[in-house]
Amino acid sequence: MSAVLELDDVHAGYGPFRALFGVNLSVAPGEAVAVVGSNGVGKTTLARVASGLVRPTSGRVVVDGNDFTRARTFQFARAGVAHAPEGRSTFASLTVEENLELSIRRVRGNSGVRAGLDEAYEMFPALAERRQQLAGTLSGGQQRMLAMVRVLVDAPKLLVADELSLGLAPLIVEQVYEMLGRVRETGTALLVIEQHVSHALKLCDRVVLLDRGSVAWAGPASEAGEHVQSQLGVPAH
Amino acid sequence: MILAVSVVTDFFQAVLQGVPPGTVYALVAIGFVLTYKTSGVFNFAFGAQAFASMVLFHKAADEWGWGTVPAAILSVLIFAPLLGFLLEWAVFRHLRTAPPLSTLVVSLGLTVAIPSLVTILLDFSPKSGSSPHGVVPDGRTVRYDPFGVYPFSRDELVATIVAIVAVLGLAALFRFTPVGLMMKAVVESPRMTELNGISADRVSAGAWALSSFFAGLAGVLIAPRFTTFSANEYFNIMVIAIAAAAVGKLVSLPWAFGGGLGLGVVIALVSTFLPRWTDEFAWLKPVQENVLPSIPFVVLFGVIVFVPGLRKAIGSSDPLAGVDPPRQNVASVITSAGWMFLALKAVLLLGAVAVVYTQADRTWTLLVTQAVAMGIIFLSITIITGLAGQISLCQGAFAAIGAFAVYQLGEVRGMSVLVAVVIGGAIAAAVAAALSLTLRQLTGIWVAIATLAFAFFFDAVLVKQSWIGGDSLARSRIPRPVIGTIDFQDDSNFLLLAVIVLAVCALGVYLFSRGTTGRKLRALGGSEIAARSVGISPSRARVAAFALSGFLAAVGGGMLVIGQGSVNYGTSFVPFLALFWLIVVVTFGVRQPSGAIVAAAFFILFESVFLKGEIFGWILRGEDNIPSFFPLAPDWRYILFGLGTIQYARHPEGVLAMSAAKRRARSERRAADKVVVDSAAELGTPA
Ligand SMILES: Nc1ncnc2c1ncn2[C@@H]1O[C@H](COP(=O)(O)OP(=O)(O)O)[C@@H](O)[C@H]1O
Ligand SMILES: [Mg+2]
Repeated sequence: MSAVLELDDVHAGYGPFRALFGVNLSVAPGEAVAVVGSNGVGKTTLARVASGLVRPTSGRVVVDGNDFTRARTFQFARAGVAHAPEGRSTFASLTVEENLELSIRRVRGNSGVRAGLDEAYEMFPALAERRQQLAGTLSGGQQRMLAMVRVLVDAPKLLVADELSLGLAPLIVEQVYEMLGRVRETGTALLVIEQHVSHALKLCDRVVLLDRGSVAWAGPASEAGEHVQSQLGVPAH
Repeated sequence: MILAVSVVTDFFQAVLQGVPPGTVYALVAIGFVLTYKTSGVFNFAFGAQAFASMVLFHKAADEWGWGTVPAAILSVLIFAPLLGFLLEWAVFRHLRTAPPLSTLVVSLGLTVAIPSLVTILLDFSPKSGSSPHGVVPDGRTVRYDPFGVYPFSRDELVATIVAIVAVLGLAALFRFTPVGLMMKAVVESPRMTELNGISADRVSAGAWALSSFFAGLAGVLIAPRFTTFSANEYFNIMVIAIAAAAVGKLVSLPWAFGGGLGLGVVIALVSTFLPRWTDEFAWLKPVQENVLPSIPFVVLFGVIVFVPGLRKAIGSSDPLAGVDPPRQNVASVITSAGWMFLALKAVLLLGAVAVVYTQADRTWTLLVTQAVAMGIIFLSITIITGLAGQISLCQGAFAAIGAFAVYQLGEVRGMSVLVAVVIGGAIAAAVAAALSLTLRQLTGIWVAIATLAFAFFFDAVLVKQSWIGGDSLARSRIPRPVIGTIDFQDDSNFLLLAVIVLAVCALGVYLFSRGTTGRKLRALGGSEIAARSVGISPSRARVAAFALSGFLAAVGGGMLVIGQGSVNYGTSFVPFLALFWLIVVVTFGVRQPSGAIVAAAFFILFESVFLKGEIFGWILRGEDNIPSFFPLAPDWRYILFGLGTIQYARHPEGVLAMSAAKRRARSERRAADKVVVDSAAELGTPA
């Protein structure tokens, strides 16, 4: 069975700025891979390449066995790659319900919208209370939840989650990771980008350690401890 | 008692009378809001799109002899959406993540380019004396009078019904349909929409087709209102409609509708009742004739300045903006051009002036003098747009202040015209400073609109005052200055004087941009958010920039009219022309003084040199050798420069700096090649 995502010697950057230098990475179906590394090493860029937001300057991106190197962002999404971007990732000018509708309708069609919404509200009753509220007025944690729910109704093949815990209270971080765990159980593969490594290591099978745009180390999560520590200077557990 | 009844009847009649023009404003305002909501573009070209459909409709209906219905189908249902597709595909798709001011400039460029392009391509020339008619059969002549006080024409009735249907239908589209939802999503963040598996390109192409269709519909529906076929009329109506749209913060369709209607009714009421009040109160008399034309612009300005929260109403920022590379730092391009390059430019310029000074005939000397004066005006755009990052659409008014000062002080009161130029500059500087103080809380787009409102207010009201434009609008004879024994009646001498003034102004601009205020402005790069986040209040630096810019524009305007010997407000300073100035400067490079000067040369000389084909006369030596397809229509300059702004949006540094950057890149590449060749030679292999 082919990998859901494969990056093959990917170089990428922003205009004249280079950020990734020959990254290789593959995520098998149902597998959870953590990408760790300090600030500015290119984790977010890697996530953006994985979901088509940034096009590589050279190398190949393969999704589910098909060459997606030149594909457009929306084609990645349709192929089953969901991306929860770093920071704010909801439409601030749309209501909570409209945010949800936007993704549900594409996946389940007009007739599935109602059921999808119910499902989403069941997952997060807090959102149900605020369904007519503009997403921009939600708290940071709620916005993250909304972004997650939107991604989840989709039942993607691969979920790229970029720094989901950033700026959240510890309790909410727990919740987010609990959710990621549930997502895994449904068979979705995960590409989890994290600076706070301990949660990621607990959740994931494999770890990719990124350093200045290249893969410094990759291997099973159980062996990651010392590498991560030497690279980031923080204990992994 | 009888009096009271007549007041009520008059009131009612005025209200009804205000409905038809109000509906026209409402239609255009709705279309404007529609474009803004679905594309995020503040689209000044809306009026131009409407004009294009109207022209095609008349071409088909009148000249090709199609029936009204096929002609309407062609122009509104087929052509208009296609135009929208084309604009999206060729232009706006690439600007989706560009800063709002860039798209604003591009839409200004299209505003001047589209009407000329359509007129030339369709070879459209309205029969003299003919005026636009609508799509409705017997629209003008059949009238309905439901209340027995005011008869509506069939045209007006249809326009009203369409406006009501449109506002309801479009509101429903946004509230209840998936398509409307996707359009709103794409405006906020095209990339996040794509992450949801929706093609942003497809959605925004659809949005442009829809709004362009609406422009076409409005275009043919409001046509009967005009007496001439003129894109200007459409632009003017649109400025009024912006006032209506601003009432709804540019995003509310019902408010835009109400605003348009309200504006129409208020104007009708004022025009009915003001004359009566002035009969009773004599002091109102001088105000009376100026109130009516000024209402829309006063409303627009008032809405912008006084409605709180307008600033916030403009677009939530794209959360995925971080995917774009930072805009290239243009300042580095300019400084690295080096003093050699600057010296070369100066020598070239002086050489050109010397040739003109010694060789040119009178016509050419005067043309070049005009270009030099224009250069001074254009420097004001370098300051305000290039340095302060603001778009001002009232530079024409500032230049006109300079011209009128020369007229009032120099011609009427016999003062030295050069002193009058300086005083004019000071007045314009004060006006500009006051204007920017009023607008200090506002960001980019609103400054552009407010200055546009001021420009139209100036044009509609102030120019006609006896103490401003006065008799110069009919006839003026501006004297040339005399300094000591030098009589500038001699055209060549005056050219030299103008060049000196230009050089002083350019130096002033250079020093200002290097000074504390200039550095501060440049560091802000026009970004208010950046400014506030580092704790600098941008307003003081901005006021200074506005004042200097007003001064320069007025000095240029003054020199221009002294050179021409008369004030020609209508052909030199009207708002629409001033908008074209901005476009020309922006095309050549708005960040460095040389851009303004070259732009001015092109602006003035373009017609003679290129459109009349004189350049071929020079190359081929002889007037007789000019190829026969010259002269080209003067409209070509609108087309070329209008489309030139698209280039600006992609390369904000302008044509000049671009070629400088290319030159540098080429020399670097050559140096790199050389290294390769050298090392290849060392290894004994052919490179
Ligand atoms: N839009 C951008 N334009 C230019 N450089 C960028 C942009 N976004 C990120 N970078 C640069 O690319 C590098 C990698 O950034 P990023 O992928 O965001 O790192 P991380 O997520 O690991 O913190 C950094 O040096 C960063 O400064
Ligand atoms: Mg990051």
